Amino acid sequence: MRALCWTGVDQVAVRQVPDPELRNGHDAIVRVRQSATCGGDLPLLAGRTPYVSVGDVLGHEFLGDVVEVGPEVRRHRVGDRVVVSASVACGTCWYCQGGLPSCCDNGNPEPEVGEATYGHPVPGVFGRPRATGGFAGSHAEFVRVPYADVGAFGVPDTVSDDRALFASDAAPAGWMAADVGGVRPGDVVAVWGAGAVGQLTARAAGLLGADRVIVVDDQDDRLRMAERHSDAETIDPRHADVPAELRERTGGRGPDVCVEAVGPAWDGRIRSLAERFTGAAERPPAVREAVHACRKGGTVVVLGEFDGHVDAFPLGAVSAKGLSVRGARQHGQNYVPMLLERMARGELRTEHLATHRMPLEQGAHGYALFRDRRDGCVRTVLSPDLPAAP
Amino acid sequence: MGRIATVAGSALAGAAVGAVSGRVLRGRTRRRPAGGPGVRGNPAGGWQVVTVDRAPGTVLPGGRWPEPLRRLGGAIQVEVRPAPGCRGTELAARPRPGVPLPGLAAHVVGDDPARAVRAALRQAKQLAETGEVLRADRTPMDRGRAG
Repeated sequence: MRALCWTGVDQVAVRQVPDPELRNGHDAIVRVRQSATCGGDLPLLAGRTPYVSVGDVLGHEFLGDVVEVGPEVRRHRVGDRVVVSASVACGTCWYCQGGLPSCCDNGNPEPEVGEATYGHPVPGVFGRPRATGGFAGSHAEFVRVPYADVGAFGVPDTVSDDRALFASDAAPAGWMAADVGGVRPGDVVAVWGAGAVGQLTARAAGLLGADRVIVVDDQDDRLRMAERHSDAETIDPRHADVPAELRERTGGRGPDVCVEAVGPAWDGRIRSLAERFTGAAERPPAVREAVHACRKGGTVVVLGEFDGHVDAFPLGAVSAKGLSVRGARQHGQNYVPMLLERMARGELRTEHLATHRMPLEQGAHGYALFRDRRDGCVRTVLSPDLPAAP
Repeated sequence: MGRIATVAGSALAGAAVGAVSGRVLRGRTRRRPAGGPGVRGNPAGGWQVVTVDRAPGTVLPGGRWPEPLRRLGGAIQVEVRPAPGCRGTELAARPRPGVPLPGLAAHVVGDDPARAVRAALRQAKQLAETGEVLRADRTPMDRGRAG
């Protein structure tokens, strides 16, 4: 089959790779209709993540059709149109049963790497290197879905592919941020980052009753999207002092819930091998700003994917202000059915996030647009079925 | 200190390993020794523990060790205890000093007995919790490149 593979720092290419195969009884094989780029791919793309290898297939946010099921699969049949949660979870361990599927104990066939890095094994994610399972990604014609009964969800007929796609990752990530942040009616919520996850965090906060939602970003087109589709207020740090503006808009209190949806700052500098493997720390400017801005006793939610360590984290402010800091990879299995229902009712619209659509063969161009935020790109969506340009 | 049930087999005594090592010969409880399961920083030959979200009777059906641990025969010692907070069963194992693990070739390729024990514990946990051991994708190198 054709798949978009990592071939080196800032390089991807379509290659012929073997078709995926059923490896466990709970597996399904899905033929991919759409697969989205995600900010979490960018450290991989840039070679900043250890263990990424030439030939790794990228992509973890996808939708498609079931074409094969293992003998233990009960909820899906060949032909089902499904959206698949980006993280791999068994559904039966203590963490899954406790509502923490992205902490699953059994979703990573190679847990030793995560244990060494984080102290505990971390669950598998599609399109990531060995440390997170080594499952081939979704920028391909087909993808293997482990624990298909747990991670794949049938899409209602009334929800289009274009809308349902983002129930795979961006929408559950955004909903989770509002959920674990404890957003309640009357709250003021600030969100750093107006990408797909940030916008959907803002929308989730509004649906959960937040009185005001304020989105911070330095891209005009993204800010306009947040205003239009998430009913959010906006702040552009190029033209405003963000902490001062937030204090003013919240009566001096600060936002009740602050969500970082930016990820690691990317200075464009390729890190050396030594830096990559010794954990030379980067700084998380949006996290720092969120911690300083948050009201006393409030909650800061970190959605960005930070590998290893960051430097200059304002721990003193966390302590002095009695903040709660939450972080997680998205617990999609908790939220996807509910999000699909909201999509079916028209409460949650996501089509506008797919600003660019193209075939796999243009994946390198699509990632470049996405990485550099050129041409108003919020997300590039790759479709294996689209014909390659001549 | 928690209490712990010892379910070590007697394969070390030299009886037919496959037939004996998987059985619980005698279940008893004793106080966890210093340096026992759960103590961090044990050397390579120390205890390793996983928590299995199932009752002890499921983790050790009929008192038999789960298959991944049976494969290590009498070269390991296994202990179980209930996990606190209704979290199931704490399943611990460690290599028996001086007894080589079957199949390892540390002198040739540097296999680590502790790693083999860890992998067996994880597989036992997965079998009890999900009914199967999750397998990684085969890499293109494993399968040969598609034509």
